[in-house]
Amino acid sequence: MTTAAIVVGAATGPSASRLTVVALVILVVLAVLPYVIDPYQTVLLTYGLVMAIAALGFNLLLGYTGLLSFGHSAYFGTGAYTVAFIMRDLGVQSMELCILGGLLGTFVVSALFGFVCVRHTRIFFGILTLALSQVLWSLAFKFFWVTGGTDGIRVAYAKLTLFGGMINFAGPGSFQRFVFAYYYYVLALFALATLIMWIIVHSPFGKALQAIRDNETRASFIGISVRRYRWIAFVVSGVFTGLAGVLWVPLNGLTTPDILYWPFSGEIVFMSVLGGFRTFTGPIVGAIVFNYLKTYAVASTEYWQLLLGAVLVILVMLLPAGIVGTVARLAGKLSLAGKLIGWGK
Amino acid sequence: MTGTIFVIQLLNSLFYAAVLFLIAAGLSLIYGVMRIVNLAHGTLYALGAYVSAWVVGSIMGHAASGGSWALLASLLLLPAGAIAVAVVGAVMEPTLLRPLYRRPEEYHLLVTFGLLMILEDAIKLMFGGTPLSAGSIMDLMGSIPVGRLIYPAYNLFVIAIGLAAALGLWWFIYRTKFGVILRATAQDRRMAAALGLNVGRVYVQAFAIGCFMAGLGGAVVVPAQAAVLGMGVEALILAFVVVVIGGLGSLEGALVGALIVSLVRTAGIQFFPEIELAVLYLIAAAVLLVRPTGLFGRA
Repeated sequence: MTTAAIVVGAATGPSASRLTVVALVILVVLAVLPYVIDPYQTVLLTYGLVMAIAALGFNLLLGYTGLLSFGHSAYFGTGAYTVAFIMRDLGVQSMELCILGGLLGTFVVSALFGFVCVRHTRIFFGILTLALSQVLWSLAFKFFWVTGGTDGIRVAYAKLTLFGGMINFAGPGSFQRFVFAYYYYVLALFALATLIMWIIVHSPFGKALQAIRDNETRASFIGISVRRYRWIAFVVSGVFTGLAGVLWVPLNGLTTPDILYWPFSGEIVFMSVLGGFRTFTGPIVGAIVFNYLKTYAVASTEYWQLLLGAVLVILVMLLPAGIVGTVARLAGKLSLAGKLIGWGK
Repeated sequence: MTGTIFVIQLLNSLFYAAVLFLIAAGLSLIYGVMRIVNLAHGTLYALGAYVSAWVVGSIMGHAASGGSWALLASLLLLPAGAIAVAVVGAVMEPTLLRPLYRRPEEYHLLVTFGLLMILEDAIKLMFGGTPLSAGSIMDLMGSIPVGRLIYPAYNLFVIAIGLAAALGLWWFIYRTKFGVILRATAQDRRMAAALGLNVGRVYVQAFAIGCFMAGLGGAVVVPAQAAVLGMGVEALILAFVVVVIGGLGSLEGALVGALIVSLVRTAGIQFFPEIELAVLYLIAAAVLLVRPTGLFGRA
């Protein structure tokens, strides 16, 4: 962590050290939280962090490369189903092996789909990603003797072990222990994923992606191999979302074709826009907020979709910058106003 | 006997093609004129089906009784769903979509995705979770013999409607003044406005017509298949496959695409049921790769 922080600090100048402090404070708060809140809230937060990884991956394409994928359910679902398969059919119990398998599975699928999809941009890219994700959905839906069809596949947390068998969840009170241990497991991976993504988008590769997003022709004139960069971004994005799928399965206890169906891709898009896809932290905030929003909407009304849909429409019409973008703008205005009347420095 | 089954399957796929054409032509028309991919389009189709079934059911009752006058009255009531959806579209375009034309396409997809969520639940709120059907029409129409089997006459009626809609839309777009205005606006919005056309009005009309087509698709399907929750989300993807194969924004493309999709699907259900949907999506992906603008599309 510290060496990586130094790397980041060296790469992006003095403001990054302040950022590291802020990030560490948030991390400490997140680490203390399970001692303060009840287990149900801990589970909800775990879901939020898992979805944050998915949205973070998704946003490498939308926010940094300028490609709107409407098929990220495919990679989330591939991660989830790979774990379910290797646990059921190979009898694997180690979570680390599940993660490895899931990452490998999503790497293969996103490399294949990405190879096809990056031939297009804009609306055709969206439709192509959507069509390909639906191929997987229909397979999971129809090959019920392999995938369990709409019943899905059960993934029991009690069969899992963390850190190569050091932590297992057998015996009484195991669910409480699982909730607690798994939260920290996900938190650590979330922190790692965020750090890696931060390094990626601030690396020369990340800058090249942003150049492609802003002006494809210019980017290709200065020698950036546009299609190859997009492909790599696609694969990285897919693998991040796949990791989220892997981590989601033991928490949910079940994987069904719903997470491969295209409205789930829409939810991932929703999260990123809710937080603000023009910012790095936007998708993280958006995913956690969306998760709470959806959970409480589902609990309080049968018509939760209507509520969420209205939120999305209002968001797009009035606050297209999302939560983080809007807050940043307001803060900017405040500090400007402060400077004007002689406050602050 | 195999000949008879072949004929029946062919009729089935034509029936299916007619419904798909109605949905996809609306989607394509809206994209062609205002460059908006309407993710709520499938749900508008579902809304049309629900409204039609509800109107026919509550006025004419659900029993197949009353003879040919009752049948005629039911058929006249059936387009109610299409009209209702057109009204919804005429309200939606100026209020929710117009402010977004200057923004990138991502926002169009997002707002129509939000509308999809709203409409899905609005349908549940208005009509409840139980399937609605206008099956009395199908029963009243009876059936006709095909070889040694019988086939519902209503399906033939739907095929005729699909054909009439295709011809009517073609005539409308290529042979009327409004069609010329529509095509001019689609080609160059600013030039059309400079020549004195009220582009805002053309957009509302085009959007309402596109929605009407979706609603009509729902209206004609509901006597044969009950309206159920989630039918719109499924229909949208198939309509996407149709317009991707035929070319987004092309009327001929929607027709040919609908025929291809329904033939593949009918054959798929007969011969390779497990992968029939996967094959359709793969065909769409393959067409996008080889001819991104579809078989009939212009870039």
